[in-house]
Amino acid sequence: MTGKKTKGSQDITPEKKVEMLEQMIVIRHFEQKVEQMFMQGKIHGTMHLCTGQEATAVGAIGALEAKDKITSTHRGHGHCIAKGSDIGRMLAELLAKETGYCKGKGGSMHIADLDLGNLGANGIVAGGHPLATGAALTSKMKKLGYVVICFFGDGASNEGSFHESLNLAAVWDLPVIFFCENNEYAMSGPIKEMINIEHISQRASSYGMPGVTINGSDVLEVYEATKEAAERARSGQGPTLIEAKTYRFKGHSRADARKYRTREEEKEWITKKDPIALFKKSLIDEGVLSEEKAQAIEDQVQSFVEKAQGFAENSPEPSPESLQEDVYA
Amino acid sequence: MREITYAESVREAMSQVMRADEDVFILGEDIGIYGGAFGVTNGMLDEFGPERVRTTPISEAAITGCAIGAAMTGMRPILELQFSDFITIATDQIVNQAAKLRYMYGGKASVPVVIRTPAGSGAGLAAQHSQSLEAWMAHIPGLKVIQPSTPSDAKGLLKAAIEDNNPVMFYEHKLLYGMKGDVAEDSYTIPIGVADVKKEGTDLTVVATSIMVHKTLEAAEELGKENIHIEVIDPRTLVPLDEETIIKSVLKTRRALVVTEAVKRGGYGAEIASMIGESEAFDFLDAPVSRLGGVDTPMPYNPTLEKMAVPQVGDIVQKVREMLNRA
Ligand SMILES: Cc1ncc(C[n+]2csc(CCOP(=O)(O)OP(=O)(O)O)c2C)c(N)n1
Ligand SMILES: [Mg+2]
Repeated sequence: MTGKKTKGSQDITPEKKVEMLEQMIVIRHFEQKVEQMFMQGKIHGTMHLCTGQEATAVGAIGALEAKDKITSTHRGHGHCIAKGSDIGRMLAELLAKETGYCKGKGGSMHIADLDLGNLGANGIVAGGHPLATGAALTSKMKKLGYVVICFFGDGASNEGSFHESLNLAAVWDLPVIFFCENNEYAMSGPIKEMINIEHISQRASSYGMPGVTINGSDVLEVYEATKEAAERARSGQGPTLIEAKTYRFKGHSRADARKYRTREEEKEWITKKDPIALFKKSLIDEGVLSEEKAQAIEDQVQSFVEKAQGFAENSPEPSPESLQEDVYA
Repeated sequence: MREITYAESVREAMSQVMRADEDVFILGEDIGIYGGAFGVTNGMLDEFGPERVRTTPISEAAITGCAIGAAMTGMRPILELQFSDFITIATDQIVNQAAKLRYMYGGKASVPVVIRTPAGSGAGLAAQHSQSLEAWMAHIPGLKVIQPSTPSDAKGLLKAAIEDNNPVMFYEHKLLYGMKGDVAEDSYTIPIGVADVKKEGTDLTVVATSIMVHKTLEAAEELGKENIHIEVIDPRTLVPLDEETIIKSVLKTRRALVVTEAVKRGGYGAEIASMIGESEAFDFLDAPVSRLGGVDTPMPYNPTLEKMAVPQVGDIVQKVREMLNRA
């Protein structure tokens, strides 16, 4: 059930690798900024940070073609950035501004960028599974050749819509990849106490599709596994379930005392399995990246995020009339 | 008496009943060590242990049905549905199972389950976490529907709900959890189906539910300065509805306004308004029965738009003035 070690990711060019690292760093800095602005009271409502899970978003979406689509989750900032969204417009959405991706009406849990194939984050756990299945049906019926990744958490695999969607996608051979970011917890619920099997990927066998468990801290392993699943999907062989083992470094949402896990466990992940630190080190060891270049990327990203904040903060509020716009097409 | 919050009074009602009755237990997502999404069950795991404070997987259909099945067979479960919006996933078990079992089986089963769930907007949680969907459940014969607005009502009504032998929907409001009020320390019940006159008045009756009770009371203060004295009635339970108290008030004031947070179209406010219109109070009305409710849109994230989407104190003041031709 566990994914085989990759063959060294032969088809990824050094440039692509550096680009992937850069994206991961953008996500990290973006989330830091969001957290900071939240603490400062500039963002209201709630937020779910994906800090620590950058490799799953970047590795999986990195294996897609531009025409491919995704459905995302409440913890969706990373997916959005990896799909190519503008972080200025994302931050503007979090600030509820008119220039935000949802004109300030959706907020963190609902960012969607349909032009780029991001069918949206979702406030309903496992709300995306049937939608992704439907988007894959369109691809098949209209022969559009695109593949859909449905991102979801470990906790979502206990919803009926997960099970019903996997079955439907399997019996119709739909081009969809069910991508589970297993970060070990669903809010406070340790996944070990919430399922009675070792790997979520085992659930694939009930529906007659392949299931693999991979190391979600290794962006290249994520890339390889997704690439393989995308090829299967694109060639008409149907869905795959990928389970990537990862960890959210922060709490579930804005206020979380994290009583359900230990600081030692967190430290273990943060110091030993930080996907960015691991990837950076391997690229430096490989000679693809220098320390200086790595630092330059960090600095660039920093100012990139500052610029996004400036754009978001200086954007206008939505007009009162917009309250009743966009209810119907 | 002492002051405690609405959340604390809900917890106290559950804890007191659980100490006295072994068959009562609670289940729901993150209700154990996390204390529930809004902290309502804080500390209950420590007192009652994991057998009776059951943290569940994220499986609303299964946990709701499981509570109903347990209720049919001798337990008295209290289910916390983390946000009332997620009732969409649990609805088959509530509507097609819990509500109908007794009737379909010719009076043979009873389903003493309570489903507690936070509703309402105002927390910046946008369209999928801010709805007020209570009218759906009020539409279904076989369910009782409670919507308490104060800490002491919450405590007494929750105890009554737990003791009731029918499935009861218990709608809390997420903005009310932190509100403090006098609550008696002992375990007490408030009968289901009895409205409460929150403020007496002579000029116009406002029937308001949940958080709108407080907005209406604020509006009453302002109107009082203009020498307009409204009577504020909180039905507290939507099903059964205390028609008598409402009609009696309207017979006195000759004007009625119904205020709900829920989207006005198809909301429970329409039910209350038509009930008044069909009653003996009709002949005495000096103005059409009116409603204020949520705008017909999903709930927006932007805080200014979010406020615009539901009735505010100023809207109530304005509407009352209009109805009294004092605009
Ligand atoms: C249907 C539904 N049930 C419950 C919730 C509340 N909720 C939001 S996120 C979450 C935990 C999700 O866990 P998981 O799927 O593992 O994703 P993670 O947060 O770990 O990324 C819960 C219980 C919800 N939003 N939707
Ligand atoms: Mg999780």
